[in-house]
Amino acid sequence: MPQTAVLTKLTDLANPTRFLSLAARILPWMAGITAILFAIGLYLSFAGEGDYQQGMTVRIMYVHVPAAWLSMMCYSVMAASAIGTLVWRHPLADVSHKAAAPLGAAFTLIALATGSLWGKPMWGTWWVWDARLTSVFVLFLMYLGLIALNRAMDDPGKAARVSSVLILVGFVNIPIIKFSVDWWNTLHQPASVIRMGGSTIDSTFLWPLLIMAIAFTMLFFTLHVAAMRNEIWRRRVSAQRRMAARMAGQKTDNTAEKGA
Amino acid sequence: MTHTFYIAMSYGIAALISLCLIAWVWLDGRARSRELAELEASGIRRRSTPKPEGEKA
Repeated sequence: MPQTAVLTKLTDLANPTRFLSLAARILPWMAGITAILFAIGLYLSFAGEGDYQQGMTVRIMYVHVPAAWLSMMCYSVMAASAIGTLVWRHPLADVSHKAAAPLGAAFTLIALATGSLWGKPMWGTWWVWDARLTSVFVLFLMYLGLIALNRAMDDPGKAARVSSVLILVGFVNIPIIKFSVDWWNTLHQPASVIRMGGSTIDSTFLWPLLIMAIAFTMLFFTLHVAAMRNEIWRRRVSAQRRMAARMAGQKTDNTAEKGA
Repeated sequence: MTHTFYIAMSYGIAALISLCLIAWVWLDGRARSRELAELEASGIRRRSTPKPEGEKA
């Protein structure tokens, strides 16, 4: 019985009108929680002491690492939505991956820019074509490609199917990004938070990092829900304009018949 | 360039990109909502939208 209740809830959410009503209720709360988390995270980021090796540049970690995590999480959300589009034809699945692509591109750009700004004082260079940096750059290009593809096609259904296939093919890049630092010899350091054997970061740095990561994740979900709502509205505007054009056409035909 | 420059630039760029993203989503939502309201005001409604009291048969 509980399984049936969960399925009913999920089916209910497939209705765009119900999603819009839910979005209207939860968006102010999500935005408020995001703002509070950022206030706490930023306070902790700047209140703490510097690292014994990196000094104060360790503070770049609090924006770079959450943005890098989100760049991969956003693509994973898009991949799940792509499966929803191709397998279950869920009405909101293609809305979800179309709305997520610009967000993923923005977070990947933050990760690349802040990584470069962290690399210069720590490694002595802005950029190297090592496996981690290159695979994240490829991810950024994939996001741009998906945005361009969605905008190039007029038919949202066709665009959704083509994008879904491309998203699932491109998902191979996510494990490559994650394990690139283990598989190849890179200038980028190996994983130090999400790894077998636990985190190697001292709790002084770990807490601000985790709170900033939750704040960035909440920002992503808030913007994702809002962007999905906008996309549903965009499709409704387009459908209603088509309906208005049909009605205008019928009126013209009737007037012409009466005149004949 | 001091380390403060790299830290300030990192937070500045992250804030700028995030604020642009928030502004884009907000402005897009406002524009779509206005378009829908204009269409409704001109009598173009979805079939599932309940009609106002005065228009009911």
